[in-house]
Amino acid sequence: MSSENLFELNNVAKRFTKGKETISIFEGLNMHIKKGDFMAIMGPSGSGKTTLLNLLGGVDQPTSGEITFAGQRIDNLSESKLAKWRANNIGFIFQFYNLMPMLNAAKNVELPLLLTNLSSSERKKQVATALQLVGLSDRAKHMPSEMSGGQQQRVAIARAVVSDPTFLLCDEPTGDLDRQTADEILEMLQLLNRQFGKTIVMVTHDPSAAKFASHTVHLNKGKFVKAEELMA
Amino acid sequence: MSTLLSQSAAVIKMNIQSLPRRLWMSLAMVFASAVVVAILLAFLAMAKGFDATMQSAGSDDIAFFMRVGSAAELNSSASREQVNLIENAPGIMRDEQGPMVSAELYVIVDGVKKSSQTEANLPLRGLDQRGVTMRKGFTLVAGRMFEPGTDELIVGAGVLREFDGFDLGQEIRFGKYTWKVVGVFSAGGNVFESELWADAKVIQNLYNRGSSYQSVRARLEPGASLDAITAYLKSEPRLTHEVQTESAYFAEQGKSLAYMAMFGWVISCIMALGALAGALNTMYTSVSDRAMEIATLRAIGFSNFSAFIGTMAEAMALAVLGSLLGSLVAYIFFDGLNASTLGGSFTQVVFSFKLTPELFANGITLALIIGFVSGFFPAWRAARVPVILAFQAGR
Ligand SMILES: Nc1ncnc2c1ncn2[C@@H]1O[C@H](COP(=O)(O)OP(=O)(O)O)[C@@H](O)[C@H]1O
Ligand SMILES: [Mg+2]
Repeated sequence: MSSENLFELNNVAKRFTKGKETISIFEGLNMHIKKGDFMAIMGPSGSGKTTLLNLLGGVDQPTSGEITFAGQRIDNLSESKLAKWRANNIGFIFQFYNLMPMLNAAKNVELPLLLTNLSSSERKKQVATALQLVGLSDRAKHMPSEMSGGQQQRVAIARAVVSDPTFLLCDEPTGDLDRQTADEILEMLQLLNRQFGKTIVMVTHDPSAAKFASHTVHLNKGKFVKAEELMA
Repeated sequence: MSTLLSQSAAVIKMNIQSLPRRLWMSLAMVFASAVVVAILLAFLAMAKGFDATMQSAGSDDIAFFMRVGSAAELNSSASREQVNLIENAPGIMRDEQGPMVSAELYVIVDGVKKSSQTEANLPLRGLDQRGVTMRKGFTLVAGRMFEPGTDELIVGAGVLREFDGFDLGQEIRFGKYTWKVVGVFSAGGNVFESELWADAKVIQNLYNRGSSYQSVRARLEPGASLDAITAYLKSEPRLTHEVQTESAYFAEQGKSLAYMAMFGWVISCIMALGALAGALNTMYTSVSDRAMEIATLRAIGFSNFSAFIGTMAEAMALAVLGSLLGSLVAYIFFDGLNASTLGGSFTQVVFSFKLTPELFANGITLALIIGFVSGFFPAWRAARVPVILAFQAGR
C-alpha cells in the first residue's frame, strides 16, 4: 500500500438485489486515488458512476471487497462510525445542490460545523471564511430560493469545505448549470485542489468539465476502460 | 456524543421551520388532537364539578344519621323518639339550647328547568335554625329567613339560576299548597344550593309526616369517635340507624357521576385512535417530504438519531399544540358551565363544570401519547432513510 494513496479499492463488488433479481454493478473493481488528485470520472448513464461515488463517500457499502481510506478500512464500519468518518473526512457536492430550503446561506454552510465542538463564534468565523472563499460574503443572509443555481452551488461548495475535509466528492456538480456558470464552479474546484490541496473526485458526463480535472478515468458497465474504447 | 444535542437541536429547528410546507396536514393533526382533548376535558370537568359540589357540602365534624339500608336521605326516616335517642349519643356537642342536633325532612317537589322548560325534581328540605347554622358557608344573599310555622321558603342560588318561578317575593305552588319565596341563600356553590328550605314542622304538617323526620345531623365534639356512636346505636334496640360523617356521605354521593369521567375516557380514547390514524399519515408524509433533506444531512455526517428525534419532536410539538388548543377551548366553553343533573336522591343537583390543573394534565398526557405513537414509527422510518437518496434528486 502506497502512503500517498488516499483511497484504495481492492476487488470490490457491488450488487443490488430487488426481490429475486440481482443486478451486478461492479465485480472485482480495483482502483486507487492519490492524495492531492483531481480525478474526473466519466461514463455513460447507468455505468455506475454514482454508485462508485457512494462507495467512496461511505454512504453505501460494497457487497464484497475492501475499501481503505488513509490506510483505514471503511467498508466494514458501522453506520454510526461511517457517519462520523464522513463528517471528519468528506465534503459532498451534489448535482442539485441539496441546500436546506428553510436555512439561509450562512446557516446552510454552518451545518457540518454543528458536528464539531467549535463554539458559536468560532463557527461564525469559519462560515464567513468559507463564504468569502466562494465569493458570497454579501449573500450570507439570503435564502436558497433567492439565489441562482450557480450561487446555490457555491453555497454548497462552501458547506463542503467549511470543516476542512481532505476529500471532496462531486456528483455532476455542473450538470444543472449553464456553460459559463459551470466553468466558474469548475475553476473554484480547481482552486480548491491546487491551492488548498483538496483531493477531489468528480463525476461528470461533460467532457469540457472533465478538462478541469488533472486526469480522467472512464467507466463503462462497471469497468474502467480507455477513452478510445468508449468511443468505439 | 456532545454534538448529538446540537445536531438534534438543529434538526428539530429545521423540521419546525419546514412545517409551512405541510401546513394543512399539520393543522389537521393539531385540530384532531385538540378535539380529543377538549372532549375528554368536557367529561372530566363535568364529573369533577359534580364531585366538588357534593364534596364541599359535607363537614367532617358533623355526624350524619340515616336508617340502615337507605342509600340517600330520601329513603331514610327517624321518628321523634328516635331523634331524642340520637341526641343522647356520645360525643355530640351541646350548647345552652341543648344538643346540637338537626332533624330534617326531605321531600321532592316539581320545578321547571329554564334551559329545557321540562319538569324536574327538586328537594324541599325541612329544617330549623339549628340546621341552618350547621351548613358551612351559608349566607342569605337576598331577602330574609323563613318565619317558623309559616308557608315561607328560601331558595338556593343554584335553583334560582336554573329553574323558573323562584324569584324573590314570588308565590309557588307544589301540589295543593302554595309557598312564598322570602329569601335566596348561597352555600359556597355546594349541593345545598340546589335545594329549597322551609320550616320542618310546616312540612311535617303539610305532607302528613306526623312528628317524624328523615335524616339527622349532629355536630360532634372535637375528638368524638364514630365507633362509640355506632356502638351506642347498636346497643339501643329502638334505633335502626347508622352513622357516618357528613363528608363521607357526600363523597359517596359525588361518585355517582364518576361514570361520566369513565365515559369521557372511553369516548376520547376511541376518538384518539382516529386522531392517531390521521397523525400517523401526517407524520409519514412529513418524513417522505423531508427525505432529501434527511439524506443530505446524513451524508454530511448527521446521525440517524437526530433524524429520529427531529421527527419525534415534530409529532410531539403538533400534538401538544393541539392539546393546548383543546385545553383553551375546554376552558373557554366548559369551565364554570352551569348544568343540573339527577343526583343520588333522584333530585336535580345544580353544579358547574370544573377544570383543574390535574385535569389539564390528563388532557396533555393523552395528547402526548398521540404524539408519541404517531411520531415513533415515522421517526423510525426517518432514521432509516437511505443516505444514497441524497444523490438521487431529480431522478
Ligand atoms: N439503490 C439501487 N437499487 C437498485 N439499482 C440501483 C440502485 N442504485 C443504482 N442502481 C442501478 O445501478 C446502475 C448504475 O447506477 P448509477 O451508479 O447511478 O449510474 P450513473 O451514475 O453512472 O448513471 C443503474 O442501472 C442503476 O439503475
Ligand atoms: Mg449518476
